[in-house]
Amino acid sequence: MATPTTRPAQLEPQEAATAELTVDDRGELLRYMLLMRATEERALNLYRQGQVPGSYYDGRGQEAVSVGSAFALGPRDRACILHRDLGAHLIRGVTPGRVLAQMMGRLGGVTDGRDGNMHFGDRHLGCVGMVSMLPDMAPVACGLALAFQMRREQRVAMTWFGDGSTANGQWHEAMNVAGIRQLPVVFVLENNQFAYSTPNELEFVRDPVERAAAYGFEGVKVDGNDVEAVFAAAAAACDRARAGGGPTLIQAETMRMHGHGAHDDMSYVPPELFERWANRDPIELFERRLGAEGIETKSIHIAVEDELERETAWALAQPMPDPATATEGVFATEDPVLGDGHAPWSRWAPRAKEGPHA
Amino acid sequence: MPELTYLEAISDGLREEMRHDESVFCLGQDIGSFGGAFKVTEGLADEFGADRMWDTPLAESAIVGAAVGAAVEGMRPIAEMQFADFIACGFDQLVNVAAKMHYRQGLAVPLVVRLPSGGGFSGGPFHSQNPEAWFLQAPGLKVVAPSTPEDAKGLLASAVRDPNPVLYLEHKHLYRRLRGEVAKGRYETPLGEVRVARPGSDLTLVAYGAMVHTALEAVEDLDGARVEVLDLRTLCPLDREGILGSVRKTGKVVVLHEATRSCGVGAEVCALIAEEAFEDLDGPVVRVTAPDVPIPFSPPLESAVLPQVDQVREACRELLEY
Repeated sequence: MATPTTRPAQLEPQEAATAELTVDDRGELLRYMLLMRATEERALNLYRQGQVPGSYYDGRGQEAVSVGSAFALGPRDRACILHRDLGAHLIRGVTPGRVLAQMMGRLGGVTDGRDGNMHFGDRHLGCVGMVSMLPDMAPVACGLALAFQMRREQRVAMTWFGDGSTANGQWHEAMNVAGIRQLPVVFVLENNQFAYSTPNELEFVRDPVERAAAYGFEGVKVDGNDVEAVFAAAAAACDRARAGGGPTLIQAETMRMHGHGAHDDMSYVPPELFERWANRDPIELFERRLGAEGIETKSIHIAVEDELERETAWALAQPMPDPATATEGVFATEDPVLGDGHAPWSRWAPRAKEGPHA
Repeated sequence: MPELTYLEAISDGLREEMRHDESVFCLGQDIGSFGGAFKVTEGLADEFGADRMWDTPLAESAIVGAAVGAAVEGMRPIAEMQFADFIACGFDQLVNVAAKMHYRQGLAVPLVVRLPSGGGFSGGPFHSQNPEAWFLQAPGLKVVAPSTPEDAKGLLASAVRDPNPVLYLEHKHLYRRLRGEVAKGRYETPLGEVRVARPGSDLTLVAYGAMVHTALEAVEDLDGARVEVLDLRTLCPLDREGILGSVRKTGKVVVLHEATRSCGVGAEVCALIAEEAFEDLDGPVVRVTAPDVPIPFSPPLESAVLPQVDQVREACRELLEY
């Protein structure tokens, strides 16, 4: 069965919030997408060199979804980030070097070797790390949002999941609870066309975004390869949540341009489908748009390359964890502390000056 | 001191914790204005409002998952499973998300899951289970099982204050059958400390939850034998020294639990004793447990499965004569 979801999304005009992005903001969007791609390319090289134990998973082709959505978050907002969304971690303030150390199982990685690849969240930056069972973080994000709601705080919880997750029972439980309590939560569904090797038509019959209405909240479908369209949808969703307008389900249409993991040759992906999305690379699309408007981007490329050189060297200099520490830290002895994340969108700049709890 | 039933002691504990700390709230099915399937939370919605006594939909994963999210954001949720059996439906959030959180990312998850557990009233295979051993294979979870009204309140307070996910097994059979003195106001019974329910020097009978009372009844008049009954109270962390101290004194041990036999709490206690107190033993370590079967519905079948007073008495007598 041919479904519309296996083709690039029909673009819907998303111009309203784009106006809120300054030229510097747009440069930042590009920079974070480039930083995500460059970091993942480094990590893949390290994997091929045998420096990354286990397998390696990345979000090639999905940079616009993670960067566009996370860019809307304020410092006090919280995020449960998916394994294809390195850009969201970078935006919240995780450095590429810590990501690379994480991949290599080294100290200095976000989990100091306790967990691997993209299974991390820096609690100091307001992130709760994902687990492999999906979409387990959707109910957790509801709980974060529940805390905000109970304390009458104007804050948002954002979480990401893929097309496969929408087939799981926990997805329904989370959506239902979010709708019943009208929680300030933003769900970003990254439809990257395949759950490992399983295509959309074996996961669902109709677009999951249509279910949002039945749960009693907004659902919007965006071109997931247009970073500004994703940002506009996410910013609107966050504003709605903060204003007490409840949850939003954003379905971002995109394509996983690498295998499920580095071990996966993607033989199940029809070449014409791959080709179609290859012509819509999110970074190239955005750079072309900026170029047409006369905005210079070369310096951003150079800065990102320099940063990755430094960060990679730092990561490679980190030691492996001491085996004697393997049994430590199973139980907490103190209360939880979730810190605030970076929020590079210019809207948050004045607040940042007021301190972390503004 | 006022006398409360086991159930009233839990209710009192919930009320005290919610009065003491605004971040404490309850969530679960039918717990609000209805007061819960067993009426443990009756009246709490009137005092604390629907927001802090959240009547959730039928969604155990969402209940546990939302509790995790709220906990890492500084709240102290107390989730109720209507029956302990239903934690199976929220198991993933518990063992994969909550239990591993601190080890993986240094983030504490101060939540309590209340589990009305145990059989003895024809609840059948899905309303009678004692699932405590499931959790002992998930490092990062603590497990408590109070046997008295006093401990029910004190262990609840400690569970709420603990920065880790704590499973709180409340035995349904004790709810209205057991009364005892319970201090007014807040107090905490420390996690990880056994209670000597009855002192003795001839044999150590280890139990927890409702089986503590079966144990006490069984040894009340055992041909003058002085049997020490140890109430574990906390199943994780186990009070290793508390157990070993008693064993070193008596040299003989019977471990009793209502849960099924294989890889149960009893197996762990026996292994601990075999490893650490082998030289102190004067006889084989004996287990009295439910056999490895689901809990059947019909009264004669259920009685055949759940450990009975006579069985415990016989096991103790045999070991005393060894």
